[in-house]
Amino acid sequence: MAATLFSKVWDLHTVRKLPTGQTQLFVGLHLVHEVTSPQAFEMLRARGWRVPFPSRTVATVDHIIPTTSLARPFADVEAEEMLTSLQQNCRDFGVPLHDLGSLEQGIVHVIGPELGLTQPGMTIACGDSHTSTHGAFGALAFGIGTSQVRDVLASQCLALDPLKVRRLDVTGALAPGVYAKDVILAIIRRLGVKGGVGYAYEYGGEAVSRMSMEERMTLCNMSVEGGARAGYVNPDATTFAYLKGRPAAPSGAAWDRAVAWWASMASDESARYDDRVTLDAGALEPHVTWGINPAQSVGVSGRVPKASDEAPEARAQVAEALDYMGFSGGEPISGTKIDVAFIGSCTNGRLSDLREASRVVKGRKVAPHVRALVVPGSNAVRAAAEKEGLDAIFRDAGFEWRGAGCSMCLAMNPDKLEGRQVCASSSNRNFKGRQGSPTGRTLLMSPAMVAAAALAGEVADVRPMLGGAR
Amino acid sequence: MTLPAICRVSGAALPLRGDDVDTDRIIPARFLVSITFEGLGEHAFEDDRKAAKAKGKAHPFDDPRFAGARILLVNRNFGCGSSREHAPQALARGGIKAVVGESFSEIFFGNAVAIGLPCVALPGEAIARLQSLVEGAPKSALALDLEARTLIADGKTLPVSIPENAREAFLSGNWDGTSMLLERFQDVEAVAARLPYVAGF
Ligand code: SF4
Repeated sequence: MAATLFSKVWDLHTVRKLPTGQTQLFVGLHLVHEVTSPQAFEMLRARGWRVPFPSRTVATVDHIIPTTSLARPFADVEAEEMLTSLQQNCRDFGVPLHDLGSLEQGIVHVIGPELGLTQPGMTIACGDSHTSTHGAFGALAFGIGTSQVRDVLASQCLALDPLKVRRLDVTGALAPGVYAKDVILAIIRRLGVKGGVGYAYEYGGEAVSRMSMEERMTLCNMSVEGGARAGYVNPDATTFAYLKGRPAAPSGAAWDRAVAWWASMASDESARYDDRVTLDAGALEPHVTWGINPAQSVGVSGRVPKASDEAPEARAQVAEALDYMGFSGGEPISGTKIDVAFIGSCTNGRLSDLREASRVVKGRKVAPHVRALVVPGSNAVRAAAEKEGLDAIFRDAGFEWRGAGCSMCLAMNPDKLEGRQVCASSSNRNFKGRQGSPTGRTLLMSPAMVAAAALAGEVADVRPMLGGAR
Repeated sequence: MTLPAICRVSGAALPLRGDDVDTDRIIPARFLVSITFEGLGEHAFEDDRKAAKAKGKAHPFDDPRFAGARILLVNRNFGCGSSREHAPQALARGGIKAVVGESFSEIFFGNAVAIGLPCVALPGEAIARLQSLVEGAPKSALALDLEARTLIADGKTLPVSIPENAREAFLSGNWDGTSMLLERFQDVEAVAARLPYVAGF
């Protein structure tokens, strides 16, 4: 019978039906980081449990680390304690750790794919909601909480309920200056932040087929912002080409067998979906958020909504967002003054993101009142970008060029907004206080749009700044 | 390991209005820089509380009328965003024993179950009525009965919904599910052995 990738992978990894009615699902790859794991390891210790599949588990540090100096001990005593505890836990339980200073260290959702650990047909879990990123490879990847991290560490399994599958067909082709980030912001705007609750999103259609793996990762990364716990793209030639030669990818004769198996996991042509939605990529323009959740976005030529124009039940929420953001409603989003520009995160901190942004920045200068920073998603991204000279382009323009980590995506390391600063950010969450100041404001957009905002000192359409073809 | 069963929660309630309350608001990230969950209780909604104070208002979590409340009344999509288990931990450690809302984010719900914090759903109008009731009469006692799937408030019995497996887990004391996952470990090994990427392509 024709089946979706979701149900093929789900069935293959099912251990049994639990007495609670949930499914016990085997986790093929467990990614671990310093924030959500210490309490889980502690619970294992307390109960005398081991990690039965340490080779299916990989750890790194990303959330708490400074991106300026890595000198130890860290200034933040608790951050230092978290890192020390992760190192100790990995030693005690035999879990491989890509530690600070190694070329393999970086944001967990950047290094998994980079190392070839993330592969089609897998189940992947990590104590981080943006685990959905790994779905770009045709894996079922779930964000989990600390108790579930304990479950996976101790048993390599999760107790889960199956999801429904919504197919999102993204037709047509993206115009220059419009990116995967704009596609996902448009999807979330249309379906809402809870539109995906209970679903896995399967992205397909011409525009997705044409996307690079890095663009697909951006798309899947923000599935969770639309309420979908997982999102995926069916594996294809682009996927296999990306994986070829990566450290953890199979090689030799095993490579061909792997490709055949991976291809067989893709959704069948005649698979049935619980829901289908179509979006025309050709009609999209760059998107910018104006509010306090990722669905509150508008095209760059559009205006911030007025609360009074909204449906009665939506008014209070829009009014709250406008109040927090300092918009009166009705003004064009273009021209919104910014104080900080942040290029980075697991959404848009990969090499292609930095390349696109550097095309905008090259030969230009950051506006004098703007603090701009580029934070590569991993040490490997950083090294590759430096090899191409991207660091020099950013530095010459007035950007800070940083070490790899989560940085200003969230407020767990020294990189934070101050006061009511407005930040043009390539990250994924514009929640109140997300970037470290309880009154700080975030405008989400693509890295190229962040670059444009950094130069203009305000939200600006990147398209006229991009000379030539992509 | 079987934990104490959770069948009933009763006590005063705390109304927290608003849809899409994300976990960054429930517990801001700076409080996650720690290797334990200790002390999180006092920081629940810290930034929202400060913002309310700055405007001369009392956030429900600071409002003395709701001190000692055990049941949190929320609206739609509560706990969206970050997967941090610190969010339900902060609520539970702050004295909340159950959450009643219109709907919950999936990850939040799962995390809450895993730490023994029941979350049950009621239709939007019923929630709004309860929130108004409690705002008007803060000491009104609510009684949640997971066995009967009901919430008794103001002399009325309302049917609440909760996924059957979560209800079962609370009632049986099996809400901490690791032991259950370890029960038939040979089955886990059998699945690993049939996966080409584990066994070798
Ligand atoms: S970059 Fe941001 S969203 Fe991604 S893992 Fe780090 S903190 Fe989470």
